[in-house]
Amino acid sequence: MITINRLLAAAASLTMAVSAHAADITGAGATFPYPIYAKWAEAYKAKTGNGMNYQSIGSGGGIAQIKAKTVDFGASDMPLKAEDLQSAGLMQFPAIVGGVVPIMNVDGIAPGALKLTGPVLADIYLGKIKKWNDKAIADLNAGLKLPDDPIAVVRRSDGSGTTFVWTDYLSKVSSEWKTKVGSSTAVSWPEGVGGKGNEGVAAYVQRIKGSIGYVEYAYAKRNNMTYASVQNRDGQFVLADDATFQAAAANADWKNAPGFHQILTDQPGRNAWPITSASFILVHVKQDKPQNAVEVLKFFDWSFRNGQKLATDLDYVPLPESVTKLIADAWTKEIKDAAGRPVWNPSP
Amino acid sequence: MTTALAATPIADARRQRRRASAARWQDALFLHTTRSFAALVLVLLLSIIVALGYAAWPALAKFGAGFFVTNVWNPVTSEFGALAPIYGTLVTSAIALVIGVPVSFGIALFLTEMCPPVLKRPLGTAVELLAAIPSIIYGMWGLFVFAPFFADHVQPVLASTLGKTWLIGPLFQGAPTGLGVLTAGIILAIMVIPFIASVMRDVFEIVPPVLKESAYGIGCTTWEVVRSVVLPYTRIGVVGGIMLGLGRALGETMAVTFVIGNAYRIRASLFEPGNSIASALANEFNEAADPIHRGALITLGLVLFVLTLIVLAASRLLIARLARGEGART
Repeated sequence: MITINRLLAAAASLTMAVSAHAADITGAGATFPYPIYAKWAEAYKAKTGNGMNYQSIGSGGGIAQIKAKTVDFGASDMPLKAEDLQSAGLMQFPAIVGGVVPIMNVDGIAPGALKLTGPVLADIYLGKIKKWNDKAIADLNAGLKLPDDPIAVVRRSDGSGTTFVWTDYLSKVSSEWKTKVGSSTAVSWPEGVGGKGNEGVAAYVQRIKGSIGYVEYAYAKRNNMTYASVQNRDGQFVLADDATFQAAAANADWKNAPGFHQILTDQPGRNAWPITSASFILVHVKQDKPQNAVEVLKFFDWSFRNGQKLATDLDYVPLPESVTKLIADAWTKEIKDAAGRPVWNPSP
Repeated sequence: MTTALAATPIADARRQRRRASAARWQDALFLHTTRSFAALVLVLLLSIIVALGYAAWPALAKFGAGFFVTNVWNPVTSEFGALAPIYGTLVTSAIALVIGVPVSFGIALFLTEMCPPVLKRPLGTAVELLAAIPSIIYGMWGLFVFAPFFADHVQPVLASTLGKTWLIGPLFQGAPTGLGVLTAGIILAIMVIPFIASVMRDVFEIVPPVLKESAYGIGCTTWEVVRSVVLPYTRIGVVGGIMLGLGRALGETMAVTFVIGNAYRIRASLFEPGNSIASALANEFNEAADPIHRGALITLGLVLFVLTLIVLAASRLLIARLARGEGART
């Protein structure tokens, strides 16, 4: 009996604990931005006492959950098209920027030494360039001694935003890739073996001599992987880092992209890294629970203003201020409560 | 004192009646509770089938029976066919059994017939411990330890010996990357061995010693005892153990995903990457937003369900036939 009473008391205190956190908001979706959202949530909670609970279940799951309204916001690495947003009654905005880098395991090639172009990458992934000393690669790397080894292509086996960014880039720079393969979170690969997750691809690349793969920048950097420089739209060979991601994000034409549908691959700019991407947040435009919507927007507003350092610490790139301004304007314009009043009033 | 004594028989009777009614009530409660638990199994099974069928419908309606015999998997154009993962599942499970059954048989025989008593316990426990290792550990071990070793030391040897032979040669050709269908099959074999071996050991142990001793008494060798006494006596249990292992091999997900290479391809060589149903599901379900893609994956799940059902039914049939055979002989 005593134990039952004790249990009841514990249960009661639990319910109280839950009701005390009524201001908590929930989100679900993409795995790529999970580390930074979790970090922001921690800092935000310490500052305001309001929690944000994010489940990284994958972009597909995030889109499904926000459509079913089981969460306050969804997150996706692949932006939804304007017409899809409209039919689902959603608005989207970018929240964080990251990049994807090609990594390789080739004898005698130092990190960053190899130069590649988009069309060459596409031909490698199409299986048309089969050897490391192929003329197309040799022409780009005059001073480099390239081995006569076959190229082993490694790619992701799981559906992922990283694959979406990679295949979107290849589609933009190679018409053959666009027609034969296309871009999505998972595609029908003409070549190669698939590793699960960034760690799977990295393990395969480290394992297989003569291999090439692609992983998120933060992953490559922290594991000291050999990566290549890639030629951007302005013809410059650039290496992936915070500055080149930022350049790609700043040069993108966000203003004229309906629903912020802007994929940051192959952006103009001398310093722009060509395989950059933003991760997106989805919220309903017509809010049954305006107070939750306000909490979501408050969270991202706070993170845009105060979360830059946390983001760069984790090798993400915060959005430039010009873009966050546009986002706040869109919040005011698009998100309404049941009576049609905007839920977001720009704070001074 | 006397009143207490006089009261006892009546009290006893009352107590007994109360006990009897309590027993009836308890029995009824027990019956209903256990029956509802058993019914729960059926309800769960049915609701899973219904839910799978419902979610699989968009893909099934679009592709029809062709889904099971075409080899295409293109999420971009929404074209799906399950042949490659079905093939991969069957081939990896077959490799697992080809390697796993003889090894398990040897382990079980050694433990029951030939092992010195000092070793019996530690060895038996070690086999059971192998069964308790989570599959993700096997996957990571397979990727980081086994695959490199296999690529450097085993695949080149296989390619230069078996790869040059007639008929089975093409199975062992290609680049030795350490990843692919064969590696997945071997990892699966390692995973099913403890299951099959411990079932075999348990059934070998129930063979009455008098049977074995009589056989030894008339001069049989250990092998003859095993073949003519132990195996016939335990056939049903042995088949059951193998089927248990096959069931695990068919449905294994994480360990296979790590080493199979995850390519929707059907190639003659076992060194080439392939895919299995369970690992296709594990890889793609998260990001499958398109209902056709999701439906195709769920249909794959249904296929796996049916495959497992067939294995189960086949083992039941086999056991029933064996049992009938036994009955006819005695």
